[in-house]
Amino acid sequence: MIRIKHLWKRYGKVDVLKGLNLEAHAGEILVILGRSGVGKSVLLRHIIGIEAPDIGSIEVNGVQITNLRKHQIYSAVQNMGMLFQGSALFDSMNIEENTAFYLQQHGDLKTGKKFPPAVIKQKVQEALQVVGLEGTEKKMPADLSGGMRKRAGLARLIVYRPSILLYDEPTTGLDPITAQQINELIVNTQKDLKGTSIVVTHDIHSALFIGDRLALHEDGQIKHIAEPETFLKIDDPIIHYLRALYKRKGST
Amino acid sequence: MLVLVKKHSARILETIGDYVSLCFDVLRAALKKPPAWKLVRDQLFHIGVMSLSVVAITGFTTGFVLAAQSFYQLGEKGLATVTGVLVGKSMIVELGPILTAFMVTGRVGSSMCAELGTMRVTEQIDALRSMAINPYAYLVAPRFIAGVLMVPLLTFFSAMMGIMGGYLIASSLFHLSAANYFDPMQIHISLFDVATGAIKAFVFGILMVTVCCYRGMQTTGGAAGVGKATTQSVVTSYSLILVADFFLTMALNMIHQRLKLGWIYSG
Repeated sequence: MIRIKHLWKRYGKVDVLKGLNLEAHAGEILVILGRSGVGKSVLLRHIIGIEAPDIGSIEVNGVQITNLRKHQIYSAVQNMGMLFQGSALFDSMNIEENTAFYLQQHGDLKTGKKFPPAVIKQKVQEALQVVGLEGTEKKMPADLSGGMRKRAGLARLIVYRPSILLYDEPTTGLDPITAQQINELIVNTQKDLKGTSIVVTHDIHSALFIGDRLALHEDGQIKHIAEPETFLKIDDPIIHYLRALYKRKGST
Repeated sequence: MLVLVKKHSARILETIGDYVSLCFDVLRAALKKPPAWKLVRDQLFHIGVMSLSVVAITGFTTGFVLAAQSFYQLGEKGLATVTGVLVGKSMIVELGPILTAFMVTGRVGSSMCAELGTMRVTEQIDALRSMAINPYAYLVAPRFIAGVLMVPLLTFFSAMMGIMGGYLIASSLFHLSAANYFDPMQIHISLFDVATGAIKAFVFGILMVTVCCYRGMQTTGGAAGVGKATTQSVVTSYSLILVADFFLTMALNMIHQRLKLGWIYSG
């Protein structure tokens, strides 16, 4: 469970987050919709401890990560994972090494022991199979298409089975078929891991397909939050536009 | 005008604060959990072994020039035998450390900055953080350890190459014997000179790695930002190395004078 209270963040003279409040329940996929540049990605970066807020608190599974010192955050976010907009695969490693990276670095979090190489190899194979990338183990990230890189990023995430999953615009820039494959992977991953997922997107189709609840991020705050059917009925100019967009695309 | 001064001084102070913070973070990370040997070994190879040829050429050719210059300047005055001392002292105390630091900064520091900068703008450093991995421990600490170890070793190698290069010119072109070239060195080059060169190389190594890694880790603005950060890292490293060289020369000589006076009085 993630609980965010009164989050403020200023960059230069611009307040990007203005007292944002949000709660993501255990076991749900919460989709945050909003226009480009409103601070959706910034919010995810705060949740996973990459950025620190000016004011406010973030509680993840009962731990106040905003109270932690810089070097203490790393152990607090060990059970979290994030899929970045540009995948952020390590370009000096091949896909197998990228996927195995977390397991090699941290080992088994429960026992504190290193995984034997054979176990890591098996887990990597399984993760790559889930995302449909078997056979690409020795390829470098630069050799893959955008959609394949997104799936490789997802394999790197699900291989260590985090309980909190954050997705930053997972379908942006992808063709509709690949986008739908990613959507299905997100839903299947959620069913498998039963964690808490937050997906940031401006794709209303993805949002309605994967989201248990949808939230509208506008002007540095969460303006509305509701289940998909209720969300589309909210009287707000942006939601009117999203609804029209959904109907127009749905009819074509 | 006052506003501009205030703005710039605030930015300079912020930069210094961030830089010092990076140094502490790297030290803390390296001491808390030393980086994996494989990461350090890769950097030792990249910084040390891969720089050998460029450092050798620089040292060797500098030795040529120093020998030729000193012979032409001093030979007419009957001081040709000073050539060896002049080459040796220059290479060990001053030119070896400075030229090695410059060459390593140009070859390795710039690539460190560009690599880290690219990782930063493509969110790879954020990805490390999101996987609960401290990027200072994983990326900067191995480079720091390797840089601090390899720059003094490369400096020693460069000084030796310079001395040998000087001897090659002094013996082949000016017919100076090995005894005339090397023997005065044993009298006039002291342990203090060797220590001075080693201390300078050590400090230059720290400056080169920390400045280049700092610039890399602070990179913003895509490919253009990486290019800008790389240029800034080299220029800043060169400037700081030169400034540090002056202060180290002054400080070490003052300490040496004090020690010598202490010995005289105690004797």
